[in-house]
Amino acid sequence: MLKTLVSGDTPRSPILLAILIVILICLAFAPFLFPGVRSVDTAARICIFIVLVASYDLLLGYGGIVSFAHTMFFGLGAYGVALASTDMGRGFDALLVGSVAGAGLAALLALVIGLFSLRVRAIFFAMITLAVASAVAVLVSQLSTLTGGEDGLSFKIPRALGPAFKFMDGELFGVKANGKLLKYYLVFISCFVLFLLMLRVVNSPFGRVLQAIRENDFRAEAIGYRVVHYRVAATCLSAAIAALAGALYAVWLRYVGPDTTLSMEIMIDILLMVVIGGMGTMYGAVIGATLFVLAQNYLQNVLSLAGESVATLPLLPDLLNADRWLLWLGVLFILSVYFFPTGIVGRLRGK
Amino acid sequence: MSAAPEHAPTMAKMSLTERLAPHAPILLVIALILAGLVAIPATSSWLTLTVSGLAMGMMIFIMASGLTLVFGLMDVINFGHGAFVSVGAFVGVSFLLLLEHMTGAPNLLWNLTALMVAIVGAMAATGVMGWAFERVIVKPVYGHHLKQILVTMGGLIVVEQLIIVLWGPEEIYITRPEALKGAITFAGAALEKYRLVAVGIGLVVFLAMRWTLRRTKIGLIVRAGVENGEMVQALGYNLRMVFIGVFVAGSALAGLGGVLWGLYQEVITAHMGNQTMILVFIVVIIGGLGSVEGCFIGALMVGLMQNYVAFLEPKAALISNIALMVAILMWRPTGMIPVVKAK
Amino acid sequence: MSDPILKLDGVFTNIAQYHILQGVELTVPRGEVTMLLGRNGVGKTTTLRTIIGHWRAHQGSVTFDGQNITKLPTPAIARAGIGFVPEDMGIFADLTVEENMILAAVSGAIDDARLQWLFTVFPALETFWKKDAGTLSGGQKQMLSIARAMIEERALYLIDEPTKGLAPAIITTMARAIKELKDQGASILLVEQNFAVAKALGDTANVMDDGRVVWSGPMSELATNADLQERLMGLSMEAH
Repeated sequence: MLKTLVSGDTPRSPILLAILIVILICLAFAPFLFPGVRSVDTAARICIFIVLVASYDLLLGYGGIVSFAHTMFFGLGAYGVALASTDMGRGFDALLVGSVAGAGLAALLALVIGLFSLRVRAIFFAMITLAVASAVAVLVSQLSTLTGGEDGLSFKIPRALGPAFKFMDGELFGVKANGKLLKYYLVFISCFVLFLLMLRVVNSPFGRVLQAIRENDFRAEAIGYRVVHYRVAATCLSAAIAALAGALYAVWLRYVGPDTTLSMEIMIDILLMVVIGGMGTMYGAVIGATLFVLAQNYLQNVLSLAGESVATLPLLPDLLNADRWLLWLGVLFILSVYFFPTGIVGRLRGK
Repeated sequence: MSAAPEHAPTMAKMSLTERLAPHAPILLVIALILAGLVAIPATSSWLTLTVSGLAMGMMIFIMASGLTLVFGLMDVINFGHGAFVSVGAFVGVSFLLLLEHMTGAPNLLWNLTALMVAIVGAMAATGVMGWAFERVIVKPVYGHHLKQILVTMGGLIVVEQLIIVLWGPEEIYITRPEALKGAITFAGAALEKYRLVAVGIGLVVFLAMRWTLRRTKIGLIVRAGVENGEMVQALGYNLRMVFIGVFVAGSALAGLGGVLWGLYQEVITAHMGNQTMILVFIVVIIGGLGSVEGCFIGALMVGLMQNYVAFLEPKAALISNIALMVAILMWRPTGMIPVVKAK
Repeated sequence: MSDPILKLDGVFTNIAQYHILQGVELTVPRGEVTMLLGRNGVGKTTTLRTIIGHWRAHQGSVTFDGQNITKLPTPAIARAGIGFVPEDMGIFADLTVEENMILAAVSGAIDDARLQWLFTVFPALETFWKKDAGTLSGGQKQMLSIARAMIEERALYLIDEPTKGLAPAIITTMARAIKELKDQGASILLVEQNFAVAKALGDTANVMDDGRVVWSGPMSELATNADLQERLMGLSMEAH
């Protein structure tokens, strides 16, 4: 039963299995296990980033395609929900219309970019997505009447997802039984389903062809697979799922802005998470996103402590400054690509 | 066997379109300039915009040329190229700030000397950095595009952060050397002096590069290597050494581009290099990966397009360049001047 | 006779997961034209590419002029004195004929006397001297490719199917050029599918099958023994 749920793609390592179960339990019961506002927020972020990073892994790890437009698709979903909720008023219909429209538009845009660049050389894709994504980010911040520009958009979500809504009296295991709890579970369950769906895709015949293409595209073409079709399909699917993750993120934050969804920083974060977690494993996305979001929220404190302890030395305090944690992540990232390209998951599986 | 008859092929007379086809890219630049003349109401504004478009194009070309050659020669795509632009700008600006007494004086000779010092300093720094980057970051991932993109992107992150460590997180505002401030008036149009200087430097770089590629043996090796590196090796040339040389030169040029771009924007940030990469990538794609001429023409088109459209409809400027890229890829899927690959 | 100019000992070469060469034993005597024959896909081109270092032998050794060159980088092998004419000719289409020749003169400037001699062998070169090599016809490209290898004196020339797809008249020119090269004292390892050319030029012959040299001996012996040809190369009489 469980095996079917994960499409036969088991973790294949006892330690990995243990870690995944711990993460799953923590996320599934986060509002009860860690009842603070900040920790529930962290848990929701982890859920959403797992989906976002896994959808990127679909492209990078399984398809062997580097894209820099993943935040653009993420943003399309987020802005879709925000704009629909602003125009149609708060309601689940607005959320649905917004996410579907965002995902559809993301898939369409991915189709166009994919057909243009993947037809010629896979390497064009990386450059073209970088250019297009940056242009879109600039455009979004310029079209302030529609998108709120740099300030972004705050919008109202259905009352049933707000703190004022009580779905039962009193408390549930010591936690207020309000709409906020429902909202968390909306995010968690959606992410869980989306993740299982992706696991299914990569273990389907489609996923296997994709991996064959990644290993050797000439041979795949020679065997008779239309390489471009498969790559474009993977791009569209990955874009649509990223957009759905974006929609969830917008719902969670009740806000959307260029910095939270479209920025190059998030794109780099996604890259770091997928590589450090392990490309082409899906579970790598879980590990990578969890570690990264936790580190982002808590590790910076550790770094600043380290920075203070060497405050008297030259340059070192600057290097250990909490704001410079990207520096160390960058170094870690390069080392991972060289020395363990299969990431943490690959290591745990003993590859 | 009989003696070989003289081999004398004849050539059919070519039609006008066939004869123009090889020159189509440069004709496109002229067409774009003429289209700008039609679209922009005042001729003086058009002239101003054309000069700034050319200046911008030249700077983008300087930054992009190394990237395209590095790709052509060794099939290496460097997503960290923008790091050299940023470092070049910071080193160059540091020199200019040190030489404030020279840049502040209203003396063209002193100003240009200070600028030259800054440029040489920036190019030396980015050249050395390019050498290190090639050794440490790029060399272990030859022949593996995916890893190249990831690792060079990682290199970019690290370099950007190091810039922040060394120069601080704040953007640095700079003023141009005294004599390069302001504009001259020509035919009723205000032409910024600095942009004219940028056009001049860009032209010098382009012509020097063209001369090197066409008239020197090292240039022949590079051109031949872009086409068929294996054969160049089989003739007895160590292509790896040539490649390192090109990588260093390309990095130094990116550094030069960084100094010029920084003075053009009058503000520098650690991320400026990666921001310019958007236009640089568009340029190398539409020019044809590996082609220096294509890169030059593509850069001019992008620079002109950006300036004309920004004047007519400011919000559409960047999108217009994406549209330009799409249009050119529809016309020639591998860019305007595709490089013949033997492999 | 003196030691051979080139000797391959038990050379194995893999390309990806395919074992292309499986123990090649080959000797190229000095001052002779040595033929490397065999059906398509038996490893002739891979043998030449292994010698020049484009592919690496995983096992065995390549000895050139008494020096072990198995692990040398390609440029060093070339500079040791080996000229290479690849199967696809490897001309630089973006460069002019002149620039192709300038590049080929690795040690410095082109030797004028040698160039004049090449012009007499391949008059087309002089005619198209300033043209882009990419605009040449197939035969002219092949002439350029060989002339490029010949512009400087080399102890050994590796030439891969110089007559492939060429008109009979140009084949004659090629054969004459190779003959002249030999008369200058060079050693030549020649892959050839055209048996008539092989018969006319070859001193010794080596026949490959399945990644090995399965027969070697005087070319004259192979040329006169139809049974042997049939058995080794599947040649029928029409091919003569």
